[in-house]
Amino acid sequence: MSTVPSRPESGEVSREVRPAPPRYRNEIGKFAVHRAPHCAACGKCVETCRHGVHVRPEGYFHVMRPYDYRCIGPGCGGTGHYCVDACPHGALKLSVNPVSETMGDYRWTPDLLMSTWAMAETGLPPGNHLESEVGASGGGFDRLRFRFPDSPPPGLRREDISTKLDLNRRGDSRPRIAIDVPWYGGGMSFGSTNIRALLGKARVAKAFHGFTCTGEGGYPQRFIPYKDHVITQVATGLFGVREETIQRAPIVEFKYAQGAKPGLGGHLLGDKNTPGVAAMRETVQGVSLFSPFPFHSVYSVEDHKKHLDWIAHVNPRALLSAKVSTPADVDMVAVGIYYAGGHIVHLDGSYGGTGAAPNVAKKNIAMPIEYAIGRVHEFLVAEGIRDQVTVIASGGIRTPADVAKAIAMGADGCVIGTAELVALGCIRCTACESGRGCARGIATTDDVLLEMVDVEWCTQRLVNLYSAWQGMLVELLFRLGLDSVSALRGRTDLLSHLDYEHEA
Amino acid sequence: MPAKYAIHHKTAKPRFRPIGKLGIVDWREDCSGCHNCVKRDCVYRLYRDEADTLRDETGYLDYIYQCKGCLNCIQNCTKNILTRVINPEFRRLGDDYFTPDLILSTWYQAETGKIPVSGAGYGGPFSGPGFDSMWTDMSEIVRPTRDGIHGREYISTSVDIGRKLPHLAFENGRLTVDPPTIAETPLPVIFDRIPRRWDRGAVTAAVAAAAAEIGTLAILEGADLRENEASVRGRAIPFITDRLAETAHPGGAATVVMIPDSPDVMAVRAALKRDHPARIVAIRVPAAPTVAGRVAELARDGAEVIHLAFDSHGRELGPALPRHARDVLRDVHTALVRVGIRDEVTLIASGGIAAAEHVAKAILCGADLVAIDVPLILALECRLCGECERGQPCPIALEDIDAGFGAARIVNLMAAWHSQLLEMLGAMGIREVRRLRGETGRCMFFEDLERDTFGRWFGKRKADA
Repeated sequence: MSTVPSRPESGEVSREVRPAPPRYRNEIGKFAVHRAPHCAACGKCVETCRHGVHVRPEGYFHVMRPYDYRCIGPGCGGTGHYCVDACPHGALKLSVNPVSETMGDYRWTPDLLMSTWAMAETGLPPGNHLESEVGASGGGFDRLRFRFPDSPPPGLRREDISTKLDLNRRGDSRPRIAIDVPWYGGGMSFGSTNIRALLGKARVAKAFHGFTCTGEGGYPQRFIPYKDHVITQVATGLFGVREETIQRAPIVEFKYAQGAKPGLGGHLLGDKNTPGVAAMRETVQGVSLFSPFPFHSVYSVEDHKKHLDWIAHVNPRALLSAKVSTPADVDMVAVGIYYAGGHIVHLDGSYGGTGAAPNVAKKNIAMPIEYAIGRVHEFLVAEGIRDQVTVIASGGIRTPADVAKAIAMGADGCVIGTAELVALGCIRCTACESGRGCARGIATTDDVLLEMVDVEWCTQRLVNLYSAWQGMLVELLFRLGLDSVSALRGRTDLLSHLDYEHEA
Repeated sequence: MPAKYAIHHKTAKPRFRPIGKLGIVDWREDCSGCHNCVKRDCVYRLYRDEADTLRDETGYLDYIYQCKGCLNCIQNCTKNILTRVINPEFRRLGDDYFTPDLILSTWYQAETGKIPVSGAGYGGPFSGPGFDSMWTDMSEIVRPTRDGIHGREYISTSVDIGRKLPHLAFENGRLTVDPPTIAETPLPVIFDRIPRRWDRGAVTAAVAAAAAEIGTLAILEGADLRENEASVRGRAIPFITDRLAETAHPGGAATVVMIPDSPDVMAVRAALKRDHPARIVAIRVPAAPTVAGRVAELARDGAEVIHLAFDSHGRELGPALPRHARDVLRDVHTALVRVGIRDEVTLIASGGIAAAEHVAKAILCGADLVAIDVPLILALECRLCGECERGQPCPIALEDIDAGFGAARIVNLMAAWHSQLLEMLGAMGIREVRRLRGETGRCMFFEDLERDTFGRWFGKRKADA
């Protein structure tokens, strides 16, 4: 566990990939490597392994306890680098790590958690020993696959493939903002999440010319060095929404609803409402904070337009985004956002993350994002306005493959949240809301637990994750024979679904 | 301002240590005794708290009920000798419908009366059988009312039980028809007869007392009808299988009684109404595959309340490949709509209602209200282990339960369900649960969404082929 005090961060952020090792003494991997006491410390395993499982520091006699989370498992056998076979004393044993099987859930399987950790540590795609593309939910993204052509078109080079995403398609007087990768960081409020993790998110946004979002908990001063990459969110509680926080932001996002709790307001449990959080939200410390639902000033799409007009006047350079959930009429909602002047239609599906939500809402209310994307895309096409608005999908985007599938179904790009937190060591124990908050120091405001991470480490983990994702996305586009991510939009012909016969 | 319906709950701690999901197993060998683990560093203080409460126990503490599985102790262990396991006792809880997670959630609600809340996004399967293959709708901007934090105090969960007139008639400004009696329950959930294997000790007394306290109704039978809170306070529905015995107990004055379906059921019903014309007679119909026709027939003949009974997993009775209540209720509802009498009868659904969401979903599919039994027993700490059916002693000594304690646990569960129902109704923008009935425009079915999305891109679903 890191106990290094968090240094004042500089405004500059490098995009360079550097190793960002896990912060726990015993990182959890898929396999466990046991070294028996009769190990003679001959060092053969150190020479043999190519994955850094066996390490003998310079000048030491004994080999370190295996870094078994790096082990790729029995698949290593026959490669000539398999320590178990190489050990002259038969002192090494390989087994499946029993802890790994108890982690995660249907959406975020143990393999997805571990592959995200591997990317955050190394900046490289995870090994083939992990299923890093799909989870086990049995539907949607997890049953969709890409149909690759036999060979990519001649002349296509990976370095020429563009992953840029334009956020302003209206052709109005507001800036044309393009981000380097077709995703950006989702809103997490000051109060729900450790400020150090939030700063890590802001810094990676700066590195990739992208964005993070304040969530509904106000705009911490420490975001100011990254203000060109921070979206100010206006949610129903209006916490910390002020003229200066609107004017500071290149994008202002209205949160109408959240995928994890559609139709319900935000909820910050009292224990997480510390003096700092209370000051930012202008409330009383220790009191549970419920945001109302919905905006009490919006009864209709005309009212919604008034909302956007208000922001448009306060900040003439901001792009306007509206984050909505996925009701049955999500297509009409999207059209409403466009006609009210929105630049970004942000659809948050029912697998979206949250600091706290009733389980009944997470599971049952509103449709999964996979259904919503195609509906919205095709409806906007039919309305003749598809190319004037950017459609962003979120709520269950876990991997670069999910990003690509969402885009192939009709989104322009994605917003990610949980994936970033997993990179920082989240294990999806779902206890973000209880007591002092996240026991792993991520979704907490507790003074002691905050110390478990520092800003530099968070930044590097996220830079590594983003780099790995970008590389994997480029590889995927290359295999699909596409020279840009925008060429993938709406290409459902490049998708297949394992449960269908494919004779539309 | 009229009084608002609220269920007051207060913590009712379990009598027996609940079975937890996660456990930390100490491998013990090679422990350096540094205590850098749960013993010292648990963020939730579980080891210390458990050690305090278990001071007098002698067994080895393998499983910690409250472990939240943060893995800190495992990942910080100096010697890496700790591991985490899913408690095998947890895995054995319940069955594939009343899953271990659902049972734990029910226990939590029965203890606290609160809605289960958690962080992170939904981690369950994409969809599933029965009620898991539908989603309820929400509205971005509409809320039934904007008063209060959520406006939830103004959402009504009351439903009526009884026959309704197709329309009123007036002559010279005066009502010329006599509306039939209506029994009202403030919650669309009534309590079904407790299956015999669990009906021991004060169990039924607890169920009846809980029904009386929250104002709902309890279906009771025979001896159970005597001397209980629900009967005394007019909240019992006597289940009458023997007409001769019927006059011998106080249920005789009940507003609603229930009888099983039979070939001469309408004659039995008429006989029961002879002395009490205002009495409502409900007919309990097993949900066989032909039930839609039978319900329509009964409704046409004048039945006022029909109780559709599915098996405990919500399946219809009889066929090798039974349909789930989700589909049968839609059929029955549609059949009644077709013959134009849906609004005149009350439809109660029971069986397979295992969680608050099932109440809303059963009503969306066409029921007016639901009746529950297994969740009531789960609230009393039952583990569905089946020992009682095998003649073995009950691990939670259900027979020794105190009626007041049992009632408090059931009241808590209903408080939590009521709150969840309000959340779902609020999200849908629906102000009263009566308007939810058969309102399939306010929900989305898996097969429709699949057909309209993937079906258009990828053709036929293999399972449907």
